[in-house]
Amino acid sequence: MVEHGDIRVVHRGGSRINFREPVITNDSRFLLCASGESVKVFSTSTEETIHDLRGHTDLVTGVLLRPSNHLQAYSCSLDGTVRLWDFTDGILIKTYVIGYPIHSIYTSANHEGVIFIVTPTLSDKRTEMFQLVAVHLPQSGDQLVEVRELSAVLSDVSSNPAAIDFGRGGEYIASVKGLQLEVYFFKKQKAFRFPLKEDNKKGGKNTFTCISCHPKDDCIATGHEDGKIRLWRNFIHKREYTYSTLHWHHSAVSSLCFTPEGTNLLSGGIESVLVQWRYNQDTQRDFLPRLGAAITHITVSPDGALYCTSHSDNKVTIIQSCVKVSAVIQGLVKGESLRTDLMVDPRSKSLVLNGKPGHLQFYSLQRDKLLYNLDIVQQEYIHESGLQQFEVVKAAFSSSGSCLATVEERKQKDAELELNLKLWEFDDQTQSFALNTTITAPHEDRITAMCFCHATDSQTTMLVSASKDGHFKAWKLAAAAHTEDEGPSWSCDFVGAYHRLVPECCCFSADGSLLAVSFQEVVTVWSPASWELLTTLSQPPGAIRNLCFGRLSCSKYLLGTTNSNLLCCWNLLTCSLEWSTSMDVSLLLDDPLSENVAAFCCQAGNTDLFVFKPSEPRPLFSQKAVCSGKVTHAVFAPRDEMLESCEESSQWLNRCQLYFLTQYMDLLTFTTKSEEDKLMASSKQLVIDDSVAMTPFSLLLGKHRLQDGQEAASNLFAERAPLPQGSAAVRELLQTPAHVLPSTSFLCSMFVQSLLISVKDTREENKQAEEEMESEKEEEDSEGEMDSSSSRPMRQESVGVGAAGSSDPALTKAQLKELKRVRKLDHSWLSGLLDP
Amino acid sequence: MASFKPTKIQVYPKLGEKVTQDTLYWKNYKAPVQIKEFGAITNIDFSPVAPHNFAVTAFTRIHIYGPYSQEPVKSFTRFKDTAYCGRFRSDGQLLVAGCEDSVVRLFDVSGKVALRMFKGHTKAVHVTDFTSDRYQILTGSDDYTCRLWDIPNATELNTYQEHTDYIRCGVTSKLNRDLFVTGSYDHTVRLFDARVDKGVMTMEHGQPVESLLLYPSEGLLVSAGGRFVKVWDLLKGGQPLVSLRNHHKTVTSVCLSSNGQRLLSASLDRHVKVYNTTTYKVVHNFDYAASILSVGLSPDDESIVVGMTNSILSIKHRKSPEESKETSGQQRRRPSYRVFVKGKNYVPKQDDYLVSKPVKQHLAKYDKQLKKFNVSKALDTALETWTRLRKPEVTVAVIKELDRRGTLKNALAGRDEQELSRLLHFLIGNLVDPRFAPVLATAAEMILDIYQSVIGQSPVVDRQLLRLQELLEKEIDYQQELLEVLGMLDTMFASSLPRKEVPCSGISRSNGLIQGEASTSRPQLQTT
Repeated sequence: MVEHGDIRVVHRGGSRINFREPVITNDSRFLLCASGESVKVFSTSTEETIHDLRGHTDLVTGVLLRPSNHLQAYSCSLDGTVRLWDFTDGILIKTYVIGYPIHSIYTSANHEGVIFIVTPTLSDKRTEMFQLVAVHLPQSGDQLVEVRELSAVLSDVSSNPAAIDFGRGGEYIASVKGLQLEVYFFKKQKAFRFPLKEDNKKGGKNTFTCISCHPKDDCIATGHEDGKIRLWRNFIHKREYTYSTLHWHHSAVSSLCFTPEGTNLLSGGIESVLVQWRYNQDTQRDFLPRLGAAITHITVSPDGALYCTSHSDNKVTIIQSCVKVSAVIQGLVKGESLRTDLMVDPRSKSLVLNGKPGHLQFYSLQRDKLLYNLDIVQQEYIHESGLQQFEVVKAAFSSSGSCLATVEERKQKDAELELNLKLWEFDDQTQSFALNTTITAPHEDRITAMCFCHATDSQTTMLVSASKDGHFKAWKLAAAAHTEDEGPSWSCDFVGAYHRLVPECCCFSADGSLLAVSFQEVVTVWSPASWELLTTLSQPPGAIRNLCFGRLSCSKYLLGTTNSNLLCCWNLLTCSLEWSTSMDVSLLLDDPLSENVAAFCCQAGNTDLFVFKPSEPRPLFSQKAVCSGKVTHAVFAPRDEMLESCEESSQWLNRCQLYFLTQYMDLLTFTTKSEEDKLMASSKQLVIDDSVAMTPFSLLLGKHRLQDGQEAASNLFAERAPLPQGSAAVRELLQTPAHVLPSTSFLCSMFVQSLLISVKDTREENKQAEEEMESEKEEEDSEGEMDSSSSRPMRQESVGVGAAGSSDPALTKAQLKELKRVRKLDHSWLSGLLDP
Repeated sequence: MASFKPTKIQVYPKLGEKVTQDTLYWKNYKAPVQIKEFGAITNIDFSPVAPHNFAVTAFTRIHIYGPYSQEPVKSFTRFKDTAYCGRFRSDGQLLVAGCEDSVVRLFDVSGKVALRMFKGHTKAVHVTDFTSDRYQILTGSDDYTCRLWDIPNATELNTYQEHTDYIRCGVTSKLNRDLFVTGSYDHTVRLFDARVDKGVMTMEHGQPVESLLLYPSEGLLVSAGGRFVKVWDLLKGGQPLVSLRNHHKTVTSVCLSSNGQRLLSASLDRHVKVYNTTTYKVVHNFDYAASILSVGLSPDDESIVVGMTNSILSIKHRKSPEESKETSGQQRRRPSYRVFVKGKNYVPKQDDYLVSKPVKQHLAKYDKQLKKFNVSKALDTALETWTRLRKPEVTVAVIKELDRRGTLKNALAGRDEQELSRLLHFLIGNLVDPRFAPVLATAAEMILDIYQSVIGQSPVVDRQLLRLQELLEKEIDYQQELLEVLGMLDTMFASSLPRKEVPCSGISRSNGLIQGEASTSRPQLQTT
C-alpha cells in the first residue's frame, strides 16, 4: 500500500448560487448570495466576487440584511446556526447557535432583536413538517451565543422561503402552504386562514407557490400553480376578504416581489420572463423576455433601483428598474444529468461540459468562474415543461483545441430520433468557435462515442463517431470539390462495421496510427491510413466498457475494462494479453501529459481510485473511498505550471490535476499539501482594497502595491519615504493664510531645510525631532524671528562638539535647541554627500 | 436578455447540375437566331479573316452570312446538284465546294460564277480543302480517291487511292503544305504526304469516320465516327490517346473553341457536348431540336452555329458584358447604391464621440409571428404562395419549428376549406421529397387526425386526400422496388469482392492462457 498522507480530496467550486434568493445591499453595490456552505458577496457592477464569507458547516439556507444595521447580514444554515457578518469587510461578528436545522430566515424592522426562522417540527420526525419560530437574540458580547428563547409562531408552514412574508410594517406575517393562506397578526396574536378549492372550474390548479406582501398597503399577492396571481385585500376580517386575479403566466409563478414603494409587482416563472405589473393598474405590464432560464427568485434592492432574478441555470441577473439587464453573474451550470463528459478545452484549459440547455459551458477551474457559454443548438429555447428539446449529448475537442465536434439530439416519444453532428472551428479573430459543418442525421441511432485523432503532425483532422446503429464513421476535413470560394468542410471518409455488433467505445492511439473500436466483447484495431482491420482482441465474458491507449513509454499497451469486472492490458506488439486484474472499474482515464492511467473502481457503494502505469505492476497511488457512489465523469486538467513534488505518491499530480464529479454532481479534486500551502500564501498576499472589485486589474494593482511595500521595507535605510517634518513644514507653508505668514526670507530657509534629507537611524529620534520642530515653531511664533546671521558662526563651532554638547548641562535652552537643529542639518548634508 | 434566435432554415445540398465556370461561360449566349435553309445543313465554315463570315452548305446552295446578319450576305447557287463542304481559303478570298455531280468548283467570294471547275472525280465529292500554301486544293470523293489539284492550271496533281470506301471527311495541315488527313467509311483515318505517293500513317477508328479535326499544334488529331470521338497522337505515330463515348448516336461534327481548351462535338442525338481538352470530361451540354449535322464556332467563341437535318440553322450569339449584367440587375430590385450607403461610409473623426445604436434585428415574417407565439399565423405566413412554391424548405423549417415547440397541432387545427386545401396542396407537392419527408409525414398524420371528422364535407379536400393517398401508394411501391434492387446489388457485390481473413481466433485462445498467469502473478493490484 502506498502512503498518501498529504493528498486530499477537496471541493472545487461550482456550487449553486441560485439556491436561495440573493440580497442586494442598501447602497446597491453588493449582492449577497448563499452559495453552498458559504455566502458570497458579489459586486453588482463588475460581477466579481468580493468576499466569500466562510464559517457555516452545512448548506446555507438564507441570507438577510440586519434591519437595524444595514452593513451587517444574517445567514442561516442547516447546521443550526445563525451567523452575523460584516459583509463589507468579510468578518464574522457573531454566531448564534439555535441547535435545529434552519430552512429559512425572516426579519422585520419592527421586531427588534427577533428573527424568525423555519425549522422542522420536532414532534414528528417522519413527516416533514415545518414551523415558524421567533428567536429572541440575546444581547451578549461573546462571539458564540447559545440561543434559548424560542417561541413558535406558526405551525405547519412550508419550508420554501418564498412562502412566508411580513406584511405592512411587520404587523402581520403571511404564510402559504398547499391550498391555504394563513395570516398571523402580531398585535391580536391571532391567525386567519383562507383556504382555496383544489381545482377551479376551468381546471387550473390553485395550489399556492409563493407570496409577497405590499409594503405600504394591506394587500397580499400570492402566486399559484396555474400561473395566476391573486391579490388579497381586506383579510383583516376572516369573512369579508376579497381577492382579484392577475393572469399572464402559463405555468406556475415561482416568485413574486413588490418594489419597496409598492408601485410595482414583479413576478416570474418557468417562462423566464420577468413581468412587472403596475399596482392597481392591472392592464399595464412590462416584460423582460428571454432571460435564459426559469426564474426561481426575484428580489429588489431597498432603494428600488435594482432588481435581481435568480435562474434555474445557476445564474443571477441584475436588472435596472427600467427593465434593462445590467449584469449577469453566472455559476457553473449543473443539470440533472451530464450528457457530455467532462472535458478540458486544450486552448483555454477550462473545463467544458453541457450547461444551459443547448449550450456548452466553458468553466475556468483556476478562477472558479464561468467563462462563457457556447450556443450549440442555436435555436430559440421554449421555456415550457414537458417539451422535448435538442440537447447536447456528446462533445469532443481535437488535441490542439482548434476543432470541436458536438452531437445534439432530440427524441420525441413516437417520432424518429433527430441527430445533428456539428463541427466547429476556432476563429482566432473572434476568439470563439464558429460553426463549420452541420451533418444532419450522421447516424441512424444514438452516438455512443466520439473521438478526434490526436496526431499532431497529420495535415488533416479526423473524427470517429460510433453509433448504436452498428457502424462507426470517420469524418475528415477536406476542401470542397466544386466551389473554390468556400473553405474546407467535413465529410464522411469511411464507414466501418464488425459483424453487426454495436460499437461502444472508440479510441485513437497517441500518434494517431491506430484506432481501437470496441464492439461489445471484441476490440477491433484499425489502421486509419488504409482503413484495414488489423487485429481483434477480446476477453470473452462481458462487454467492453472503457478503452484507452497507453501514452509515451507505454504506447504499446491498450487498456480496456469489461462489464465482468476485469481490467485488461493488451500488448499491441504481440497482440496478446499482457496482464489483467479483477476490479469493477467504472471509469478509466488516461493522463494526456504522462503515461499514468487513473481507474475509478466502485466497491461497496464507495469509489476507490487507482493511478498506475500500464507497464508497472504496482499502482503509483491508490485511495480507498474517495467518495460515496459511483464516479462516472472525471478529467485530467493540465496545470498552468508544473509542480515539483518529489514524493512518489504525489508525482502523478505534478503535470495534471484530476477532477471528478460525484453522483450528486459535486466537483471534487485532489490536492497535495504543498499546493494548499502555496494557495494559502497567495491568498494572503493578495491584500486589496475591499471597495475595489476583484478584477484582473485590481489584482494587478494589489500585486503592485505589495511590491511597493516590500521594496520600501527592504530599502528602509537606503531610501526613506518623505519625512514627516518636511511635509509638515510644507503643509504649514501652504495652508496658513498669507497675511499671517512671516517674511519670505525667513520662510525660504525653513522651506529649504524641510526639503533636506535627514539621516537619523531610528524612528524614535525622528519623532523627537518632530516634537522638537513643533515646539520650535511655537517658540518662533511667540518670540519672533531669530537672527539667522548670528546662528551661522555658532554652527561652525558646534560641529566639533556636537556629540558632547548635548550632554553638557551648562548650555542654555536656546543654545541647546540651536545645537540640535544644527546637528540635524549637518547630518543631512553629510548623508547627502556620502550616500550617492 | 438574449435576442430571439430566428428559425434555422436547413440548407439542403443543391440537386442537379453543379454550377461551374464552364456552365457560366457556355450559358452566356443569347436566345438562338433560327434560319430556315433549303435542305439539311451539311457544313459550316468560318472565314479566317474578319469580319468572320461563315459559309453554310445546304442542299444546292452555299450561303455566306455575316456575323450579325440574319439574311445571307452572299449566296452561291450555281450547283447542279447537292453541294458539299464549302470552305474558305486562309485569306478568305476564295471558296471551294464539292458537289454531288463530282465537279469541284472554286469561287471568288465576291463573285458569283465559279472561277475554276475541277473535273476528274467520278462520284460525289464530299471533301474539299485548300492546302496551306493556298495554291492547291484537296478533294475527297465517293469514288474512294482523294486528289490534289493545282488552282492556277486547274489540273490534277496527284491521286491517292488507298481508302476502300467513301471518303467523307478530310483536313489539310495548316503548318505544312504537303500534309493532309482524310477519313473514310472504311473505318480508317489516313495521313498523306504530298511529297510521296502514298499514305504515311493509318489509324483505325473502328467506325465510319464522319469528321476530322487537327489541333492548332497539329500534334493531335480528333476523329469522329459512330458514337465515338477519338483523339490520336500524331507525334507518337498515330497512337490513340483517348476515346470518348458520350453521345448515343453518330457524332457528325467536331470543332475546337478559339483558345483550344474546349472541344465541341455534335451528334445526331441532338446534343452538342463540350469537353475539356485536358481531362476529356464533358463540362457542358447543349440541346437542340433536331439531329445535328454540322457545328461551327466563330473566333473568340462569339457565336455558335449549328446546322440540323431539318434544314434549320441556329445561331447563338454571345451576350455582351453589359447585357449579361443588365439581366441580373433586373431580377432583383434593390434601393440604389446611394440610398444604401447613405451615411454609412462616414468615418468618425478623432475627437468625435460615438453613440452606438443597438443593432436592430431583422426577422422574417414567420419569425415575427413565432416570437409572439402566434403559431397559426406563423404557419400562414410560411404557406404564402411565393414561399411555398419557391422555397419549400422555409415552409418545412417552420413546420419543423412548430413541431419542436409542440404547437404544430394547434397551428394546423381550425382551418377552413380553402386554407386546408392549400396545406394539402403543399403536402402533395413535397411529401415524397426525401429532404422533407420526415417532417411532412408528421404534419400529414396530424392533419388526418384533426380533420378526420370532417372528411366528406368538402369535395375539394376529399379529392386532394385521394390524391395524397395515391401518391403514397405509388411511393411505397417505388421504395419497395428500390429495396429489391439494393438487395440484388448487395448479392452481386458480396460475391464479387475478395474475402479477407483477419487474424483473430488464435489470439483470443492464447488470451485465455495468459489471463490465468497474469492474475496469479500480479496480485498486488487486487490487494491495493
